[in-house]
Amino acid sequence: MSNTIKITIDGVAVETTRGKTIFEAARENGIFIPTLCNVDNVKPKGSCRICSVYISGRLMTACTTQVEDGMEIENDTAKLNDMRKAIVELLFVEGNHFCPGCERSGSCELQALGYRFLMMVPRFSFLFQTRDIEATNPKLMKDNNRCIMCKRCIRGIKDEDGKSFFAFARRGHKVVINLDRKQAAKLTDDLARQAMEICPVGALILKGKGFDVPIGRRKYDTKPIGSDVEAKGGNC
Amino acid sequence: MRKITIEPVTRVEGHGKVTIMQDDKGNITQTRLHIVEFRGFERFIQGRPYWEAAVVVQRLCGICPVSHHLAAAKAMDVVVGAGAGDGLTPTGEKMRRLMHYGQIFQSHVLHFFHLASPDLLFGIDADPAIRNVLGLAVTPEFTDIAVQAVMMRKYGQEIIKATAGKKIHGTGAIPGGINKHLTQEEKEQFLNGPDPMNIDKMIEWAHAGLDLLKGFHKANRAIIDDFAFHESSHLSLVRKDGALDLYHGVLRAVDTNGNRILDDVDYQDYLTYIDEEVRSWSYMKFPYLRSIGKKDGWYRVGPLARMNTCDFIDSPLAQKEFELFRAYTGGKVNNHTMHQHWARLIEILHSAEEMKRLLNDPDLYSGELTTSGARQSEGVGLIEAPRGTLFHHYRVGEDDLIEMANLIVSTTNNNEPMNVAVNKVAVAQMTGQREITEPMMNAVEVAIRAYDPCLSCATHALGRMPLEVTIVDQDNNVIDRKLR
Repeated sequence: MSNTIKITIDGVAVETTRGKTIFEAARENGIFIPTLCNVDNVKPKGSCRICSVYISGRLMTACTTQVEDGMEIENDTAKLNDMRKAIVELLFVEGNHFCPGCERSGSCELQALGYRFLMMVPRFSFLFQTRDIEATNPKLMKDNNRCIMCKRCIRGIKDEDGKSFFAFARRGHKVVINLDRKQAAKLTDDLARQAMEICPVGALILKGKGFDVPIGRRKYDTKPIGSDVEAKGGNC
Repeated sequence: MRKITIEPVTRVEGHGKVTIMQDDKGNITQTRLHIVEFRGFERFIQGRPYWEAAVVVQRLCGICPVSHHLAAAKAMDVVVGAGAGDGLTPTGEKMRRLMHYGQIFQSHVLHFFHLASPDLLFGIDADPAIRNVLGLAVTPEFTDIAVQAVMMRKYGQEIIKATAGKKIHGTGAIPGGINKHLTQEEKEQFLNGPDPMNIDKMIEWAHAGLDLLKGFHKANRAIIDDFAFHESSHLSLVRKDGALDLYHGVLRAVDTNGNRILDDVDYQDYLTYIDEEVRSWSYMKFPYLRSIGKKDGWYRVGPLARMNTCDFIDSPLAQKEFELFRAYTGGKVNNHTMHQHWARLIEILHSAEEMKRLLNDPDLYSGELTTSGARQSEGVGLIEAPRGTLFHHYRVGEDDLIEMANLIVSTTNNNEPMNVAVNKVAVAQMTGQREITEPMMNAVEVAIRAYDPCLSCATHALGRMPLEVTIVDQDNNVIDRKLR
């Protein structure tokens, strides 16, 4: 059986390889599917749902669903994009995201998606929850006001034994992601930097390095999110 | 007894109102400038990491955010062990200076040409419909001035963008330095750009602005010399050698007779010398010199104060104008409130000269951006903002979060002087007058406007502001008074 299969995304026929996820197949063909919880080299979880696509009328997460020959996928539709926009809006009103004072502004995936989906005014009420900042670690600060619970840090930042540096604490609506206190002692400068980089928002911040990237050189200052995928048109 | 209310005070930044009480004989019994808005940045910066202060606190203003950006950054320089103001790398300090002089330039231009000059060019009693910057633009005689004002402000804003990243609310200054260099393309653009967007044209226009004011002064001595005149002390930073320095220096204050009541004071110790009084009827505090006390310890800050405290200006064209300015009062302290405008225009010229000097400095284009040293728990940053001396004071915990912030904003320093000026003008214009006309009320606003107040910047304390509620009957007799 050949590994090359054919699928359609928004009616456009594309070729891909068996075993890939819809997200991967779309990206290598220059088609952008937004994600927040998904990140390269980390096993996908499908928790943020922002990559949801329709397959035969059923909503599936593109980051966890593998392609199948002949699969017909709806991605860039008004309905799906409005649902994705709603997820972004819900994340904004659920946390305390004050972009003007956040050093990830301009490099933040949540903010970048807000711009992509033309989020202008909130259609949901702000919760204005009281969230704390965990700043006792000398290398890394955790600002729970900005955390979107994507678990990228839990899944991606691990020691050599595969044990995560981050973990959930508390329960229900009070749940937070914390830097594990026992593991924290083993956090190297390099791991702290990786933790900041893997965070899609400004929840994990390296201490003492704030705002050292000038405006104009931040990740999305000149290239809006998704534009690199769409510009290459394939094999990204 | 009747109450005259001017609300809102127009052509100033922020929201304020003036109340004037006049008794049955027509005497003015009380005047107050109320600051009716509330911001509270001192409170909500608490608990945030120290490197956010320079970016967050500047949001209290859209007119001169660079001043707050730099004052906070200077305070945090101390916290990261980079010293107070003069410990940065040459690139760090000079980039910040360029940002600041661009800011002074654009803010002063905005104030003089857009906000204040209509009162002078059209007259205090002119029709309000024409007595504004749009009125200048549509009046053939003044169209060129209006266009120059817009282009001068644009030049200053472009300098800010090149150094801070954005024209408003940039991120250039970081604890211990700056986050970028200037490029050679930017240098060429600012120095030799096509007319009028080059530094020589800015210097020429700054001179023209001074000539405009001096011409008006010659023809209208009474307005410029006598209007809202009152004696006071004056305070500002000066360079160690006594030169005008808007970015860094030591505190100096002179009394109305020119005696130095503060000199060579390290501003890290400002609390030893300055305190703030809270009054129940305003959200804005009243600073005073501790050595003199609450009643008489108030002082003026801003362009006029700076001309009174400094010994000289370290740029040739502005120095010539400074000498003329000082000669006008025979070298004595200048207490002519409307001379704020004259002083402001001299500073516009000085800022343009400073920008030219800095743009030709190679340190802007290469060199280390930041420095640091032994971490400190507390830092004070002072800067001469367009409207006067601006104080930022932070205490930072071992976890890098801000525990305490105290801001004494330029306009706050001028609170009592503005109230005095309002009283002077109200008494002069309204005593015995049964009919209070619009020009009379504008005259009160002109006195406030001379200070270029930024009321939105000036109200940040939270949780310690008392409130006075006074209940009066239809004849304004006080029935009850409650104090919180």
